Amino acid sequence: MTVLAKPAEATAANMISIAGVELEVLERGGGAPILYLHGGAGIAPDVTFIDLLARRRRVIAPSHPGFGRSSLPDWLDSVDDIAHVYLELLDRLALTRTDVVGLSLGGWIAAELATKVPERIDRLVLIAPVGVKTGCPDQLDIPDIFAMPRDKLDRLRFHDPARNALDLAAMPDEELYIVARNRETLALLTWEPYMHNPKLKHRLHRVHLPALLLRGDSDGIVSAEYLARYAALLPQARIEVIARAGHLPQVEQRERTAAAILRFLDERQTAKRSGAGS
Amino acid sequence: MKAWHFSENAYPYLPPADEYESIRVSLPNRHYDPKKGAALYDRYIDEWLVAEDEGVEIMLNEHHQTATCVDPAAPLVLAALARLTKRARLLILGNPVANRRQPVRVAEEMAMVDVLSKGRLECGFVRGVPYEVLPANSNPVRMNERQWEAMDLIVKAWTSHDGPVSHEGRFFHHRNINIWPRPYQQPHPPIWVSTTTPGGAARVGARAYVQATFLTGYRGTPAIYASYRKGWREAARGHDVPVNRLAYAALLYAGESEAEARAGAEKLLWYMTANKVPLHFCYPPGYVPTAMHAQILRGGGGRPACGEQSQCNRRERDRGRHHVCRHAGSGLPPDREDVQPRRRLRTSLDHGTSRISRA
Repeated sequence: MTVLAKPAEATAANMISIAGVELEVLERGGGAPILYLHGGAGIAPDVTFIDLLARRRRVIAPSHPGFGRSSLPDWLDSVDDIAHVYLELLDRLALTRTDVVGLSLGGWIAAELATKVPERIDRLVLIAPVGVKTGCPDQLDIPDIFAMPRDKLDRLRFHDPARNALDLAAMPDEELYIVARNRETLALLTWEPYMHNPKLKHRLHRVHLPALLLRGDSDGIVSAEYLARYAALLPQARIEVIARAGHLPQVEQRERTAAAILRFLDERQTAKRSGAGS
Repeated sequence: MKAWHFSENAYPYLPPADEYESIRVSLPNRHYDPKKGAALYDRYIDEWLVAEDEGVEIMLNEHHQTATCVDPAAPLVLAALARLTKRARLLILGNPVANRRQPVRVAEEMAMVDVLSKGRLECGFVRGVPYEVLPANSNPVRMNERQWEAMDLIVKAWTSHDGPVSHEGRFFHHRNINIWPRPYQQPHPPIWVSTTTPGGAARVGARAYVQATFLTGYRGTPAIYASYRKGWREAARGHDVPVNRLAYAALLYAGESEAEARAGAEKLLWYMTANKVPLHFCYPPGYVPTAMHAQILRGGGGRPACGEQSQCNRRERDRGRHHVCRHAGSGLPPDREDVQPRRRLRTSLDHGTSRISRA
């Protein structure tokens, strides 16, 4: 079973107040910054993975409004709203340039952010991102996660559900409350249009920066076809696949996923050096 | 005190329950035979007309994408009843305004029915049951806020008579509100609001709307009524709450003897047991408070809006049995057996509701 970390105890998270949101921001490691945007399950399942990235980099990982211990003001109800909150977060943290890693819902937020300030992002990593509608109207691009039993959802989410699905029955009340609240905020943000912003695909042309799109080979939420169509909307995107992982490769294949991300982000240094030598 | 006849327009010609996943939301409509459905509409409308003949008022509701209630557009049936009836009050309970995109359109429909019926409309508003958010594609988060904004907007549309007014709210936007017709009743038809928990009742009481409760039983109902009275008093409406502000819906079966009443009541329970709905349709995120949602994720606990599939039927059946038996049992006391058949339904209703209203 995956054990959820307890953000309040295991980490020193700062609270930053932006536009009525009390934002819980986890910061780990040192070096060039990564803005890390978690997926719909919240930040708790990712803390161990964040630590892997933090061995090499400074990782800044906010809990999105309405997730974790971040508040949710009445006015906020869209992914675009969250991207605007993070524009301010970049300023508050003086992140003039940063890499951005976004997972699932966080990939959608990262894509929105990249359309707004592409000049402030060095490299973009989207892991199993949602956010665009690429297929035909009579078929959902993303399966309806709100209209299926939990065991079916776990089969779509995990390569090995028996090993990796959360044991909700055994979870302490405080953590389970956060799981429930995360799910409610996810519904608020993604219910309609389901899991996408119809405008986003017409804005991604602005994202002129190297992008890596990753998915687990067994992901039943974000299909290979979907990811290929997503990548085609970005000017400089390439795709990598993580074997023996589902929708959360950062949970099922931590080491390999972290290695793939860091390898891609390091290419910038290589490119810079070779640029300087030429 | 008024008594109302309510029918959900159920479609009963279904395969055995173990052959389908859910009676709501996902049951394929190939199981609906339009010819049988047409005959059912005739039957249900005829029953409402019998109710009027018996001196009982008429109540209807709507549900969506379900065999349990094949009346997905209650205002349409209401319009038919407005023309087919002459005296009965016509209660729609109600309009699921958190799931309707245009509250002003709802205001128009209701005003039209009020005029068609020459002032016999009683207009109910409901939040809608949890399995309705998928059919409506309606966000289950912040439904309560949407419902109250919609209700206030509808009252504004009903009561503004000097040309266009506007509304720029949190959820709804109308630049030009100037409905024709306006309601027959002034300032507007009586408003009913449903709830099954004390939480919302105080707010309903503060507005002096009619509080509708469904199957909350002798145990649950007093807390809801107490909350309503508290809201009423805190809004400085006086100490005494008129009894016609507190409504209760129960399943009821009247028979010639207690044994016959009980036997009939057991059949009525079909409606409670034929509600096979899987958990993920019963608890869309945001529909219930977060703490209850957490307990449901854990796999039990909390007061169910419907309940886990296996538990759901049992809980509903138990709740239903409680009401049906007590009402049926008290429906026709031995000393009233000489009551004229024509008065029988009315009498048993009075007897049952008087127990509830003392709560």
